[in-house]
Amino acid sequence: MRFVFKRSYDDDIKLFKHRPQFIYYLLLLILLIALPWLIDDFFLGEATNVLIWAIAGMGLMVLTGFTGQVSLGHAAFMALGCYLNVILMQNGVPFIISLPLAAILTGFAGAIIALPVLRLHGIYLAIATLAISILTEDIIVIAKNWTGGVMGLVAEPIEIFGLDIDRYGTPVLFYFVVLFIVLFVLMVVRNLTRAPLGRAFTAIRDSEVSAQALGVNVTKTKATSFAISCAIVGLAGGLLGHYAGAFNHETFNLVFSIQLLLMIVIGGLGSIHGAFFGAIIVGFLPQLIAITRGSISSIFNLGSLPLPGIESAAFAFILIVFILFEPRGIYGLWIKIRTYFELFPFYRKNMFKRQKTYLKTERMK
Amino acid sequence: MSLLTLENVTLSFGGLKAVNNVSFHVGKGETFAIVGPNGAGKSTVFNLISRIYNPDCGDIKFANKSILGLRPDQIPFLGIARTFQNIELFEQSTVLQNLLVGRQRHRKSNLITEMFFAPSVRDEERRHRQVVEEVIEFLELQAYRDKFIAGLPYGVRKIVELARALATEPQVLLLDEPASGLSLEETNDMIFWIEDIKKQMGITVLMVEHDMNLVSSVSDRVLALADGKELAIGTPEQVQNHPAVIEAYIGTGKRIVS
Ligand SMILES: Nc1ncnc2c1ncn2[C@@H]1O[C@H](COP(=O)(O)OP(=O)(O)OP(=O)(O)O)[C@@H](O)[C@H]1O
Ligand SMILES: [Mg+2]
Repeated sequence: MRFVFKRSYDDDIKLFKHRPQFIYYLLLLILLIALPWLIDDFFLGEATNVLIWAIAGMGLMVLTGFTGQVSLGHAAFMALGCYLNVILMQNGVPFIISLPLAAILTGFAGAIIALPVLRLHGIYLAIATLAISILTEDIIVIAKNWTGGVMGLVAEPIEIFGLDIDRYGTPVLFYFVVLFIVLFVLMVVRNLTRAPLGRAFTAIRDSEVSAQALGVNVTKTKATSFAISCAIVGLAGGLLGHYAGAFNHETFNLVFSIQLLLMIVIGGLGSIHGAFFGAIIVGFLPQLIAITRGSISSIFNLGSLPLPGIESAAFAFILIVFILFEPRGIYGLWIKIRTYFELFPFYRKNMFKRQKTYLKTERMK
Repeated sequence: MSLLTLENVTLSFGGLKAVNNVSFHVGKGETFAIVGPNGAGKSTVFNLISRIYNPDCGDIKFANKSILGLRPDQIPFLGIARTFQNIELFEQSTVLQNLLVGRQRHRKSNLITEMFFAPSVRDEERRHRQVVEEVIEFLELQAYRDKFIAGLPYGVRKIVELARALATEPQVLLLDEPASGLSLEETNDMIFWIEDIKKQMGITVLMVEHDMNLVSSVSDRVLALADGKELAIGTPEQVQNHPAVIEAYIGTGKRIVS
């Protein structure tokens, strides 16, 4: 067990609680930078995919994990970021401008949509954002002059300072582009969480009445959260376009939105770690299923039995397990395991139980 | 000088007049208490001042200006802070984080500077922390600073809510039943704190409270409400001995004098 002795207010403002923590993250960063030399191009591609999911996860985490607003429509904003980026590039805008610009425009679109939608709460909000997701597919098909309709678009290779960057041609460079954006988004989200805006987000999540009574403009802050969330997800969308190479209306469908949401729930709502844990699960799940499917069908001699929807089913199963046994997601599990080892052998089973839950009357609502 | 004034305020919920033609004023530096049986409309008066509800008629003034044009989130910017009867803390945050939300009205940074955590944001954070630490010291919350609200006992939550309101550095503090559910010892602490808040910090206090011991020891004037209507207004003694007040409490089978 580590006791952290705080000596100045800055100890709570700093990014890392203590020196070892700083060293862990530094080692992790070195590992990520060294990754292209440790694994082959196929797995590097998978790692890139996980990082793109992690960006999207951080985006949705801002809205759902920190501000407490559910969205089943975030694939729509990923699509917007993706299409905007490629369309801008087709019109001669270089990638280093087109991607941030696409993200900013997605953020604005998010803010405009947020104002009416975020007046809704809970399940109604989920339904409204769901509608956005469903509409997007149709809009992409209808607006075929820009989006290529069902034929979709093809992302051009990226060019940065004369370097050609392509997912297949130069996977290492593409990986570093994605890693750079992951670190940038991580910095922004982490900074917000230790600043007044981030506290306003969590205040809204935990009690809107109180937040308001302390001077938080709930409507404006929710819209800000939605905008930041959409901008980040737009970045992820832009990168995914380059990762996938080609995409159409089906790339960012409803299932995609749901998967995004489930990812952060499984990872652990309300923590940045959760976005990364969730991304690892989502990123590697298809491979895992492919492997288990192979072994299962060889055991039972099923040949190559097609199992449609197995991925969604596996995902749903994992989700249910987590909601039942570990609502705080993988991050919650991780904290428990760590505490177990730190306190060994003094860990008590009910350590993370709430001491007291009591009823609140609904009168103030 | 009157700081907060209610003029003939009425609010109905459907057919029920929760607040019925209520007028009173709270002077600067005064401690003013509202008493009355359950359902008298005391909390509703607070919610009217917080602009959660809009009165059907009447006016509410702060420093001689009507506040009826303001949104609820603009009220704290006037220097009005409040606590809630049912405790509305940010459950998934620590005590420290809860109190820091209280600094929201003093925020000067914006989205861009906060995204990059500019040096100005850092300086501001230090200043916020300073104020919050003073409040923590005052209310003796040091031991709970980094604890999550979700695990705290009721009595501590009550104090944290008071602390969060104080962290806004208010001119007027609205306390909705600050001593309800507290032990005798905790109630006595609360009496001391409210006195200090009034005398040392010079904050005007408006509170709703059932505990007559607390009311008579700290308040300058008292308003008794029943069924949304004013029964009596005056010093704690005058109100306690007022025939209408005695009758209202006997009527509900509850005694006002403990
Ligand atoms: N939002 C609401 N909708 C409908 N009726 C309400 C609402 N809020 C309060 N009331 C009613 O208004 C009346 C006054 O309620 P209020 O909460 O102000 O009472 P109170 O004096 O604070 O009582 P207590 O001592 O129980 O806290 C009650 O009859 C209550 O049921
Ligand atoms: Mg009440």
